[in-house]
Amino acid sequence: MLDMLSSPYQTESFHDEMYLPDGTPHPWAGQLHQALAAMPKSELAARQLRAERALFDMGITFNVYDNDEATEKIFPIDLIPRLVDGVEWDETELGLKQRIRALNLFIDDVYHEQRIIKEGIVPAEIVETAEGYYSACRGLKPPGGIWCHITGTDLVRDDSGQLTVLEDNLRCPSGVSYALANRDQMKRTFPQLFSSSGVRPISNYPSLLLDTLNQMARTGVLRPNVAILTPGRYNSAYFEHSFLAQEMGCNLIEGSDLVVQDGFVWMRTTRGLEKVDVIYRRINDDYLDPKVFQPDSVLGVPGLMSVFAKGNVSLVNAPGTGVADDKVIYAYVPDMIRFYLSEEPILPNVETYLCWRDADRQHVLENLDKLVVKAANEAGGYGMLIGPHSTRKEQEKFAGLITAKPRNYIAQPTLKLSRAPVLVGEELEGRHLDLRPFILHGREEINVMSGGLTRVALTKGSLVVNSSQGGGSKDTWVVDSGGASC
Amino acid sequence: MLSRVAESIYWMSRYLERAQNIARLIDVHGQLVLDQPRVNPQDHWAALLHASCNYDAFLESHPTPGPESAFHFLAFDSEHTGSMLNCISYARENARGVREILSGEFWEQINALYHEVNDASTKDASSAQLQHECFFSRVKALGLSFEGIVNGTMSQQEEALWFRIGQLLERADQTSRILDVKYFVLLPSSEDVGTPLDQIQWSGLLRSISALQVYRSEYGAITPANVVELLVLGRRFPRAILYCVTEADSALRQILGTQAGFFRNEAEQLLGQLTSELNYQTVDNVLANGLHEYIDRFQNLLTDVGEAVHSTYFTH
Repeated sequence: MLDMLSSPYQTESFHDEMYLPDGTPHPWAGQLHQALAAMPKSELAARQLRAERALFDMGITFNVYDNDEATEKIFPIDLIPRLVDGVEWDETELGLKQRIRALNLFIDDVYHEQRIIKEGIVPAEIVETAEGYYSACRGLKPPGGIWCHITGTDLVRDDSGQLTVLEDNLRCPSGVSYALANRDQMKRTFPQLFSSSGVRPISNYPSLLLDTLNQMARTGVLRPNVAILTPGRYNSAYFEHSFLAQEMGCNLIEGSDLVVQDGFVWMRTTRGLEKVDVIYRRINDDYLDPKVFQPDSVLGVPGLMSVFAKGNVSLVNAPGTGVADDKVIYAYVPDMIRFYLSEEPILPNVETYLCWRDADRQHVLENLDKLVVKAANEAGGYGMLIGPHSTRKEQEKFAGLITAKPRNYIAQPTLKLSRAPVLVGEELEGRHLDLRPFILHGREEINVMSGGLTRVALTKGSLVVNSSQGGGSKDTWVVDSGGASC
Repeated sequence: MLSRVAESIYWMSRYLERAQNIARLIDVHGQLVLDQPRVNPQDHWAALLHASCNYDAFLESHPTPGPESAFHFLAFDSEHTGSMLNCISYARENARGVREILSGEFWEQINALYHEVNDASTKDASSAQLQHECFFSRVKALGLSFEGIVNGTMSQQEEALWFRIGQLLERADQTSRILDVKYFVLLPSSEDVGTPLDQIQWSGLLRSISALQVYRSEYGAITPANVVELLVLGRRFPRAILYCVTEADSALRQILGTQAGFFRNEAEQLLGQLTSELNYQTVDNVLANGLHEYIDRFQNLLTDVGEAVHSTYFTH
């Protein structure tokens, strides 16, 4: 089947997103397989180069910090799309919607009645020690009772082939701009293949996002002034902030552009002060308002929280949402779904050991060489131990960390993450990947991006897909054709 | 428009204009030296440093000045805030903060300009060598292209207006500086007035602000009074002081939609006053009280305008 390759593509012992172990493509990947097979190998490599050049010229980059110096790097794209069968995706969408509904009910509950604590389902001390939990948010009422409007959920597929939730990113999930830019690039690179493949579109994301933001304005505001709040041009995700502002045609603001006066938030313009109604903030809670959170923060706006509490400005996501971003809280999401929705979870969690439980901790400490240990509040692949790839010294370091602060650590089995072919020179080789779809929770409905950002570990054998640590990305194609039929 | 965004565009534009001006000065200077064997090269560079307002800073860091060190100081010195490389770098940093407002073409071009100059700065080439490679003409052409990109690819609203205001105020300032220097440093002695040497210098000055062709077609033979008239009171030449302030005045009033002849704030008031004073001026008057004195006063008024723009629109 893979005769175009000098050394046949090997799925080895991993679940592969494109090929079955015998080298035949999945039914929905047949068309892509044939198109690739029909293309001269040098042509693929040439298109890969052109695509990378285009990304650099368009400045689709992120900042990497090293010795105080920031350098711009492109987020590498691999040209072989990652395919997802439309039938499977429909089910996944249902699961993601179910999950974000439950998580929003949880956050609202935690800051109001705390039923889930009173019923003994989630321990009070776990909630109160979560880094994203702020007592200042108790009793707040964001519009529509929605706290988390924008989510980027990380999905992985292990040996069994089941898509599983690895983590919920509920604070300021990033990456959507790369997904959109990748799609743009792929349409340019493979126009024929693209048009015949029945790929579900994602280009409406900026419009949906703008809709969601508009819906969050307080009642009575007909044409809300929506703005994106960025920490500034040196933030690693600044490209995304400015990209989304451009796509939605809204202002990109920094904390110093805003001032709180007469119970409202205003931005300084060349024609005086203009009221701001909805802020899509890409600044973490800690830095949002020095009067309430970190007093030395210069990124935020003094008094912002008081305006929010009065309902005179909407913050997206709402402050305090991070409580559900904690990796210990994550372990309770299936219970939340049962508790709030009386439904069974559609998408499973990864099996998780909570180190604050004595029995779990015991097991974790005895199996550090097999497990993946994560700090409960870290993102971006930092603060992590991948047991099988670690040295004894690193394991000892983590044993010390866990024993000192058991609440701060969880452990999960080392997953045999699924792989997909990537282009290495002129050949295809399997690399591990994950998937981050983006979910928008409006007042009436929940929208899930068809696909999302596929992140791929470009280093052979690596399980770390983060852009800051040598990861790249692929366009994700949710295909409806069933593949083989056309 | 957000004040911060307007301010970034304004400064980006000023720095681009300033950098372009340095490229022009160095470019013309290289040719001028060759035509004036009698003049000590050292004096030439001194004049150039005066023109770009950098003479004192240069002497501080260079106890024994020489032509090449002066050239490097003006073009590439990263320690010197007024160097061409630094101006371009500041312009780019300002642009980076407002990328969502700029067109893709603009951002790509400002990167191209930065890389062109930054690469040249690391090559350690002599001024003659770069001259030979037409480096400064390229920088000048890249600098000129921004106006076209703004007009051809960007929304013709406030972003274009702030770009224009920054550019025009900076240009008016630069033209006045160049004129001032010629009068005080380059004019060797009264007996040289009207000699071939004097003609060479005046035409060099005109060339450095792309004014020679315009001058020839309007006036013919070069006389100092006519040069002053064109550069100070020209109404149609885009680098003339009067032209620049008139256009800046009109652009500034468009921000708030103020009618000509009226004002709503200090910035509009000061710029309007300056424009109308120049409008009713004659060259005889300018020269009667001394060109240097006139320019000095003009520069002070222009500084006041700049400060008023800041306090009115950017830092209120």
